[in-house]
Amino acid sequence: MALASTNSAEQVDIDIEARRVERRKKMYAAALPIGTAIALIVIWQLGVRLFDVPTYIAPAPSDVAYTFVDKFPILMVNFWPTFYESILGFLFGNFFAIVIAIAFVHSKNVEKAFFPIAVFINTIPILAIAPILVLIFGPGLTAKVVIAALICFFPTLVNMVRGLQAVSPQSLELARILSASKSEIFWKIRLPSSLPFLFSALRIAATTCVIGAIVGEWVGADLGLGALIIDSTFNFNSPLLYATVFMSSGLSVCLFAAVAIAERLIIRW
Amino acid sequence: MSAVLEINPTQEVAGAPAIAASLKEASVKFGAFTAIDRLSIDIEEGAFYTILGPSGCGKSTMLRLVSDLIPAASGEVSIFGKPTEEARIAREFAFVFQDAALLPWRTALQNVELPLEIGRKRGIKLPVSDKTPTELLELVGLKGRENALPSELSGGMRQRVAIARALVCQPKLLLMDEPFGALDEMTRDHLNLQLLKIWKETGVTVLFVTHSIPEAVFLGQKVMMLQAHPGRLREIVDIDLPEDRTIELRDTQEFTKYSAYLRKILETC
Ligand SMILES: Nc1ncnc2c1ncn2[C@@H]1O[C@H](COP(=O)(O)OP(=O)(O)O)[C@@H](O)[C@H]1O
Ligand SMILES: [Mg+2]
Repeated sequence: MALASTNSAEQVDIDIEARRVERRKKMYAAALPIGTAIALIVIWQLGVRLFDVPTYIAPAPSDVAYTFVDKFPILMVNFWPTFYESILGFLFGNFFAIVIAIAFVHSKNVEKAFFPIAVFINTIPILAIAPILVLIFGPGLTAKVVIAALICFFPTLVNMVRGLQAVSPQSLELARILSASKSEIFWKIRLPSSLPFLFSALRIAATTCVIGAIVGEWVGADLGLGALIIDSTFNFNSPLLYATVFMSSGLSVCLFAAVAIAERLIIRW
Repeated sequence: MSAVLEINPTQEVAGAPAIAASLKEASVKFGAFTAIDRLSIDIEEGAFYTILGPSGCGKSTMLRLVSDLIPAASGEVSIFGKPTEEARIAREFAFVFQDAALLPWRTALQNVELPLEIGRKRGIKLPVSDKTPTELLELVGLKGRENALPSELSGGMRQRVAIARALVCQPKLLLMDEPFGALDEMTRDHLNLQLLKIWKETGVTVLFVTHSIPEAVFLGQKVMMLQAHPGRLREIVDIDLPEDRTIELRDTQEFTKYSAYLRKILETC
């Protein structure tokens, strides 16, 4: 008995120690990339100042930071259109991808008819098709949404089809023993089991939809982060260009984080 | 061994127990391959049958035939006098697979409730156990783990959930295909005892496939020995052991005698 209790006390000590080591590892894992990034920024700052690099070629991080604060209102005015285009493109692109994936899984003939077309669309470089879409839909919001949607579409389609088909044969046999209808199988088995696949596609889409929106703005827009990138490039306003790029990647990161949080909340298994 | 007898399915004895499932000259073919060849047997209601046979002899195929997962190439299969499809729709039987086939996104309780949800929206009236899903989980020894996800349960616990799920529609026939085959010895012994308890309490007829001779003798009132190439019924062995089976029974001489006898015929199957 005494032996057992010392053993379990030792066990507790070992557990605590193990947890401590684990936590230290985690902190180290987070600190390393942050430290590296800070070091690189410092080197960049020193390099630009030491070698007197002209600001239009490479602005110092402090210039970029100053511009970011100073021009924040302008950045925000240009942020919102890109934000809406990205979000709408994300929603439409993924919505159609999901619906078409469901149709594919439902009917082999639909898949045979449309999958080659989907592959073909996917092979067109988005930069090549963007001007065409701007010509069709005009310089407004629509063209950018379509481009952003298009760029999201294919990865989600492929992943969703795979997810819907990734049901274990035994689950389907269980469904048959329970005499489940096709729609019951879909809602209770196929759809939930496809969610992990769907979310890995949505995480890709969260960053690519921003690319789509910005590419669309490059081709023709007065407002938006893409337009601001073009504008500041032609005006040799490098600090503003860098601040805009920083803003764009911030948008991607936020969308990615939103998807990751949604995934955490929905997929608990 | 006087306990050995050949069942003659055409022989009707007055006052004989009712027939839960009946196969008459039933064959199953996969292409040109005959997996089961003209198998005839009457399964007595309320009895516990264990099914033994060399690997690949058609044990699983036989259960799948009875449960309407695969059709008979010829011959007849009926459950309580009805075609298997009708019995399936009426939920007269339930199936427990080797791997528990739980839906990973559902908790233990939600998995047990699944059969009750299927068909409810379509207004199909289903038999329901007089025990609630929670009580069934308690019956299989999972009280307190209702909200655990399958990934949080051990293999043995998952199989218990699968058994509770099988019982939720009060089946009259329980088909089990090596349900404890992947479990360790201790867990298996425990689940064997629990299964016998459930069998006594519910009066359900059980068809239990196993590749373990001791398990077959320990659980079965009757052991069906199948032979391979093609799958045929070799022999039915009545196990004349006391009703109340305990683990110690395995060390008795009668038990060993049955095991030795079954091993001998298994070698020649
Ligand atoms: N779906 C199938 N298609 C073709 N052959 C099959 C199929 N299912 C089983 N078989 C064959 O039928 C025979 C019996 O299989 P099975 O019933 O699974 O054997 P076991 O007795 O080991 O459970 C085996 O030879 C197997 O290869
Ligand atoms: Mg098998």
